[in-house]
Amino acid sequence: MRPRHVGAKLLLLALCAYFLVPVWWLLVASTKNAEALFSGSGALWFDGFHLVANLRDLFTFNNGEFGRWLGNSVLYALAGGVGCTVISVPAGYGFAKYSFRGRNLVFALVLGAVMVPLTALVIPTFVLMSNVGLVDTVWAVILPSLLSPFAVYLMRVYAAGSVPDELLDAARLDGAGELRTFVRVALPLMRPGVITVLLLSIVTTWNNFFLPLTMLSSSKLFPLPVGIGLWTQLASSNNAGGQSLWNLIIVGSLVSIVPLIVAFLTLQKYWQGGLSVGSLK
Amino acid sequence: MTARRTGWLFVLPFLLVFVAFLLAPLLYAGYLSLYTKGLATGTTFAGFDNYTRAFGDPSFRKGLRFVLKFSVVVIPLQILVALIAALVLDEVTGRLARFSRLVIFLPYAVPAVLGALMWGFLYSPSFGPIEQVAAAFDVRAPFLLSQGNIFYGLLNVVTWQWSGYYMIIIYAALRSIDTSLYEAARIDGANARQIALRVKVPMVSSALALILIFSLIGTLQFFTEPQILTPIANGSVTPDFTPNIYAYFLAFRYAQFNYASAISFSLGFVVFLVVAIFMYATRKRGGLFT
Repeated sequence: MRPRHVGAKLLLLALCAYFLVPVWWLLVASTKNAEALFSGSGALWFDGFHLVANLRDLFTFNNGEFGRWLGNSVLYALAGGVGCTVISVPAGYGFAKYSFRGRNLVFALVLGAVMVPLTALVIPTFVLMSNVGLVDTVWAVILPSLLSPFAVYLMRVYAAGSVPDELLDAARLDGAGELRTFVRVALPLMRPGVITVLLLSIVTTWNNFFLPLTMLSSSKLFPLPVGIGLWTQLASSNNAGGQSLWNLIIVGSLVSIVPLIVAFLTLQKYWQGGLSVGSLK
Repeated sequence: MTARRTGWLFVLPFLLVFVAFLLAPLLYAGYLSLYTKGLATGTTFAGFDNYTRAFGDPSFRKGLRFVLKFSVVVIPLQILVALIAALVLDEVTGRLARFSRLVIFLPYAVPAVLGALMWGFLYSPSFGPIEQVAAAFDVRAPFLLSQGNIFYGLLNVVTWQWSGYYMIIIYAALRSIDTSLYEAARIDGANARQIALRVKVPMVSSALALILIFSLIGTLQFFTEPQILTPIANGSVTPDFTPNIYAYFLAFRYAQFNYASAISFSLGFVVFLVVAIFMYATRKRGGLFT
C-alpha cells in the first residue's frame, strides 16, 4: 500500500465525521427526555432512552398535527414529484428526438428559465393564485411544483445520449405509433434518467419551504418544514412550554429526514449515474 | 409530416406549466412592479419609480451586499470541499470510499430547514456540544448565530448542505474521463498530484462551471436558512437580512405587493447579470449548455 493513501483515508474519515455530526447529534438527542437534553452534559452521547416516548408525544401533540404534516409532505412530494416527472420526461424526449418548427427557440427559452431565480416568482404566483381562489389549498403547492426546466434539460441530454434513432425507426417500421414507440422503446432505455428526475423532483418538493410558507395559512395544510418552522417559533417565544416542544422538534426532525435517506440508499445505483448527465456534455 | 405535430404534443404539457407558472408570474411581476398602491390614491402607474426606489433603498442594498459577500466566500469553499472529496474518492477504492461517498452526499437528502435547525441546535449555548466542549476547556465558545458571527454560522450550514451534491456531480464527471490519459501523463513523468491538477481538474471544468452557476443562483436567493434561524438567532436576522427575506416581509407583513415585486425583479436582474457576466467570461473554455 502506498503511503499517500493513508493520508487520503484520514481525510475521508475527517470528512465523514464532519458530515455525520449533525445527524448523529439528532439521533442521540431524539432518545433523550427534556431533562437530559438540557442537562448540559454529553450532547453527543446517550443519556437514558426515551425515543419511543418522544415519538408517542410527537404524534399526539396538538391533536396529532405532526402526523397530518407528514401526510401532507408525502402528498405534495408524490403529486409534485410524479407530476413533474410525467411532464418533463416526454418534453425532454420531444426536444431530443423530433425536429419541429420553433423547437430551438422554445428550448432556448427553457434554458434561459433554468437561470430564472424561482423564488422571484413566488410573490407574483401568490397574487395570481389568490385571484383564482387557489391560495391556501393543496393546489397552490402542487401545481407550481410541476415546473422544472432543469428536469427537461436533463431529460433532453439523457434521451439524446441513450436512445438511438435507428431503434425508434425500426419500431416505426414495425408499425408502432409514436406514443407506443416512446413507451415501449424509449422509456426503458431512459430509465436511470427518469428515476433521477423523479428523485430530484421529489426531493425538491419535499424540501420546499418558501413556496408552501407563502401559499398556505391554515396549519392543517402545512408540509413538515413549514410545520417544524412554526414549532420553532412557538418554542422560542414561549419559555414555559418551550422545553418539551424542543424535544418534539428534534424527534420530528429525525422522522422528517428518514424517508429521503432511505430512498437515496435504496436507489443509489440509479441516481449516482443519472445525476451526472447534465454536466457531462 | 405528422412527426412535427407529434413533437409538439410531447412538449405541450410542459409548455402549459411553463407558461402558467413561469412566464405568466414573470410578466405579472413585471407589470405589478410598474405600479404603486397608496391608501388614498389607489393604484397608479409609476413607471420605473419602484426600481429607482429599490436600488436606492438601504435595506435592499444591505441585503444585496450580504448575499454578494456571502457568495464570494461560500461558493469557492463549497467547490473546494467538493472537488477535494471527489478527487480523493476517484483515487481511493474500497469500503471506506463507498461509505464516505454516501455520507458526504447525505445532507442533500436533508431538507434545508432541518439542516439549518440541526446546526442551530449544535451552536446552541443551552444544549449544544460546542458550548460543552468549550466549557470543558474553561473558555466561552463563540455563539455562531450572534450578529458578528452569523456569517460564519451560515457559511458552515450551507457548505455542509450542498458540498456533497456538488461532489457527486464532479465525481461522475471524473469517472467518465478516459483513463488512458492518466497513463500518458504517467509516462511523461507526472505524479498523482500533477495528474489531479493538470489533467483531472481541467477535464471536469464544465462540471465546475455548472456547479458554480447553480450555487450562484441559489446563494443570491438565500432565504430558507436565515429565515428558519430567525427565532433562535436573537435578532441577528433582520427583516432586510437578504433581498428575498426583505421581499417576503414587504409582501406578507406589509402587503406591499407592488414594491415587493420590484425587489424580486431587481434581485432576479442582479442574478441574471452576474450569471451572464460569468458565462461571458468563461465562454472560450467550451460553452456550457451547448
